[in-house]
Amino acid sequence: MAETVLRLTNITKRFGPLVANDSISLELAAGEVIALLGENGAGKTTLMNILFGHYVADEGTVEAFGKLLPPGDPRAALDAGIGMVHQHFTLADNMTVLENIALGTQSPWSWKLDRSGARARIRKLSEDFGLAVDPDKTVAQLSVGERQRVEILKALYRNARILILDEPTAVLTPLETDALFATLKMLVAKGMSIIFISHKMHEVMAVSNRVMVLRGGKLVGGRETAGATRQELAALMVGQEVAFPPVEAVPRGEELFSLENVSTTPRAGGSALHNVSLSLYGGVITGLAGVSGNGQAALAALLSGTEKPLSGQIRIAGGEVSAWSPREALARGIARVPEDRHAVGSIGDMSVTENVISERYRSERFSRHGFMDWKAARAFAEELIRDYDVKCPSPDARIRLLSGGNMQKLILGRALDPDPVVILANQPTRGLDVGAVAYVHKKLLEARARGAAILLISEDLDEILSLSDEVRVIFKGRLSSPSQRGERSVQEIGELMAGHGIGEAA
Amino acid sequence: MIEAFDILLTASFWVAAIRIASPLIFATMGELICERAGVLNLGIEGIMVAGAFAGWITVYLGGDLWFGLVVAALAGAAFGLLHATLTVPLGLSQHVCGIGITLLATSLSYFTYRLVLPEVTSPPRIEPFQPLPIPGLSEIPVIGPALFNQTPLTYLAFITVALVAWVLYRTPLGLAVRAAGENPSAVEAQGISVTAIRMGSVIVGSALMAIGGAFLTMSAFNSFFFEMINGRGWICIALVVFGSWRPGKALLGAILFAAFDAYQVRLQQLTGGAVPYQLFLMMPFVLSILALVVMARRATYPKALMIPYQKGER
Amino acid sequence: MRLEPKPAPTLVETFAYPLGAVVVTFVIASLLVLAAGASPFSVFALVAKGAAGSRFAIMETLTRATPLIFTGLAVAVAFRAKLWNIGAEAQLYAGALITVVLATGALPLPAPILIPILMIAAMAAGALLLLGPALLKTRLGVDEVVTTLLLNFIMLLFVSMLLEGVLKDPMGMGWPRSPKIIADAQLPKLIARTRLHLGFLIAIVSAVVVWIIMKKTTLGYEMRAVGHNAEAARFAGIPVNSVLMKTALLSGGLAALGGFSEVTGLKSNLTLDLSPGFGYTGIVVAMLAMLNPLGVVLSAIFVAGIFVGADAMSRTAGVPSYIADVMVATALLTMVVAIMMTRFRVRWR
Repeated sequence: MAETVLRLTNITKRFGPLVANDSISLELAAGEVIALLGENGAGKTTLMNILFGHYVADEGTVEAFGKLLPPGDPRAALDAGIGMVHQHFTLADNMTVLENIALGTQSPWSWKLDRSGARARIRKLSEDFGLAVDPDKTVAQLSVGERQRVEILKALYRNARILILDEPTAVLTPLETDALFATLKMLVAKGMSIIFISHKMHEVMAVSNRVMVLRGGKLVGGRETAGATRQELAALMVGQEVAFPPVEAVPRGEELFSLENVSTTPRAGGSALHNVSLSLYGGVITGLAGVSGNGQAALAALLSGTEKPLSGQIRIAGGEVSAWSPREALARGIARVPEDRHAVGSIGDMSVTENVISERYRSERFSRHGFMDWKAARAFAEELIRDYDVKCPSPDARIRLLSGGNMQKLILGRALDPDPVVILANQPTRGLDVGAVAYVHKKLLEARARGAAILLISEDLDEILSLSDEVRVIFKGRLSSPSQRGERSVQEIGELMAGHGIGEAA
Repeated sequence: MIEAFDILLTASFWVAAIRIASPLIFATMGELICERAGVLNLGIEGIMVAGAFAGWITVYLGGDLWFGLVVAALAGAAFGLLHATLTVPLGLSQHVCGIGITLLATSLSYFTYRLVLPEVTSPPRIEPFQPLPIPGLSEIPVIGPALFNQTPLTYLAFITVALVAWVLYRTPLGLAVRAAGENPSAVEAQGISVTAIRMGSVIVGSALMAIGGAFLTMSAFNSFFFEMINGRGWICIALVVFGSWRPGKALLGAILFAAFDAYQVRLQQLTGGAVPYQLFLMMPFVLSILALVVMARRATYPKALMIPYQKGER
Repeated sequence: MRLEPKPAPTLVETFAYPLGAVVVTFVIASLLVLAAGASPFSVFALVAKGAAGSRFAIMETLTRATPLIFTGLAVAVAFRAKLWNIGAEAQLYAGALITVVLATGALPLPAPILIPILMIAAMAAGALLLLGPALLKTRLGVDEVVTTLLLNFIMLLFVSMLLEGVLKDPMGMGWPRSPKIIADAQLPKLIARTRLHLGFLIAIVSAVVVWIIMKKTTLGYEMRAVGHNAEAARFAGIPVNSVLMKTALLSGGLAALGGFSEVTGLKSNLTLDLSPGFGYTGIVVAMLAMLNPLGVVLSAIFVAGIFVGADAMSRTAGVPSYIADVMVATALLTMVVAIMMTRFRVRWR
């Protein structure tokens, strides 16, 4: 039995009434790779943030190499040899790779930053571990994969012996993912111990020695990877299987929305669209698969009305659209479920009532001659709370206080209530519990049965495959040709996600 | 027309320009440090008042000039600490708190002034810093008197710019300050406290603002009167934007600005009242707005400016 | 240390924290009074007496509160939409200026026609003055805090120029002041032999109107939505830029009414000391009222009381009247903390 390098004992963390981590204990041995598997919201990230000192646990202790770590002190964690690669990179974009890596590694009272020493060391580490990156480029110039390499280099530069990776593949193409796994193997061979956080089963099976499963803040089981089956782990992870609802055939309707050769302006943090043509038909769910950052945001913004095409044409029910804005999109019967329900989908400090009318406050139903009809608004909020089974203290409560699932139900209710003809559902189930996921799926299928055209954007390939009548893959702002249900295998779609078969000309 | 141009060639014009620039340089550097760390400090106007008053009253009550300067800096640092506490760990609106600090620092200075000098109608004078010619260099025509025959505080202003530039770009500490203004989570992930970096920057920056204020009562003039700062703080905020948050460019902006100010005073004398003097006095403010408008699209501002940070947040 | 959002504050909390802010303010002021060698109790008693100890004192306080209600409303409206209008001072002078231009004989109309015209003209002037910074903000991304602040100085110099030039009173013996406005332009007194004038009533009505706008109209809803989360508002189809423009017009117009009311109700002419910082004090008034338009009336009276009371107190007790400015500034800062504490829980670990 190898030496234990890291030991978490009875970690408990509460956020208000929510118990994010419930008495979790975990041991990591030298040279071991543990996968921490769990749904979004299971408490994985919270646990790692406690381990790294970003949060302070309410109870429990963290020991590294036999020494107790003081709580709430990232510096102590770093000094103890723990390195962390966060899901959202912690890099300053306008600074160079070298500056990002050297940050905090030299005495703050030193009169001069030792750049040449740092540069030499980064070059050496790059070569030793096959993590090629130019130390003098600014981070803004790097690709996503390169940025992740910088994050790993940051840990190596500090002589980390324990590496924690939080959902490291979420932003990577399959090819980059393979390269990452190769790097991890090399690190382990050189004596590194790794905790790998993921909610993707196949990755967990590919890289880990041992799997620990988190559910609802509790550690519900641990298995040697070699002896575990996917089914067994999936059952542990979700408690109950995510049962995708049966999808009944619905006749394909008219073309309700289309993009013709649309390109968009370049944007930060993701691809723009290049010459995209897309048709959405009544009664059809079109699923958009792809690694995040490949143009999903631009496409969603286009449908939402927040972005105008740089070139090309939007058509709604065959008619050309000239003026384009969120208000116009709503008026044309497009319902939008945005990706970020906190920052975009809701106004946290306003009440449930004020939030559910935000797209229609000017309609006759909610206002007359510029005066609000708050009675009608409140009645509508109560109706949604009842119909969508939303748990909330009152329509007057600030929406910020609701759980993600309840918030999403309200956003869905707001969008679907006027019987829209086109629906954009952007990551509609991300971070929701199983029950809420099933509810969202049910509502989308009901809308489909009613004859609405739906664009479903999701990073969850299983969700796309089980719900969609038609699948398109997006890569660097370009779309693959459509495939009907069951026409392409998972492997074929994976190839497309990596860009094979989505040409410049396509 | 010729006369208007000739002004630019006189030594006295450049002497005045550098003198006018000095307090702006201190305060602009102070604001620049705060904003580089991600905190807008609208307390600047009031902190300059407090610095002007604290330095002057210390000397008036028998303190040494340099001691007065230290007191001014400490007064500024104290208000900086207050602003930092409210805006960094508590994450309160930097706009509202900054205005509050300005009101508080100004009114506290006036209150104390009246407390110490209840009866006086015209403020008493002190013996201010005297010009310290640098042997040899001060003999150079035009440039000599302008740059090398000023008070020690002016030299200190230029040294401050060099120091701020060095610290920001050449030291590990400066790296942390810049990173705190670009992406605080990068700082946190490397084991440095964002709170400490930001608070420290605001405190040091505020001390510099106060020294800028003290320059007026202890070097440019020799007494303290109300409305003395008269918007200089706000102008410095515009200068930071104009200088794209870079010490060198901001220095250039301050000198350019001061030269313009010195020039308009002379032009005013030249026109002999044909143009209302208020139009000339307006120019600095109009110029500041223009600078903001011109730089608005171009400047690459610190990405995390005015965004509060909570530990563990990404 | 962390901040966690907490559920809707209880009624007790809603009042306890702001009250705490006021208490802290008084504690700090007491320290200053002690430093001045006086007893806090007797000094605050004198302030209270000066502010509300007699019919005259109360009328003075209400008179002083009038412009503060207008600037407080201007700030409350703007801050609600997160339009940082720090230029109420300039907008107030713009309103006063246009009033004086039109009311010194240019429009020889009877009062019932002239006064509404003056009000509209003043509001238009103030609104236009804030439109510039608002446009620069929405079109070019120029921070409106700095532009509105700088405009305060520009406006004051502009007024000074006119008062020494075209607007100079020929009978003014060289003083930089405008001629008197005509009798028809003067607001009647509300109560005989006091200085309280119709402007106070207009201020109250304005507060009620603004309250109705904020609570009952689509515009008020839009303004609040934009202020709380502009990105979500834009996504929901609220025209954010046009809402900000409307906010600017309303805010600038309200501040300008303060100038109109001071000239027509109190001073009868325009001088450079028309406003001892009413625009800046308006920020404090609005924050003390937690941006509630009806609360603005109360907080304006409270703040005015401190100023009027401190003036009276300093004449007898020898504590500089600037104590009022210190208290008002302190109240602003303590209030911001109090508002935060009603919405967040501070956890120390």
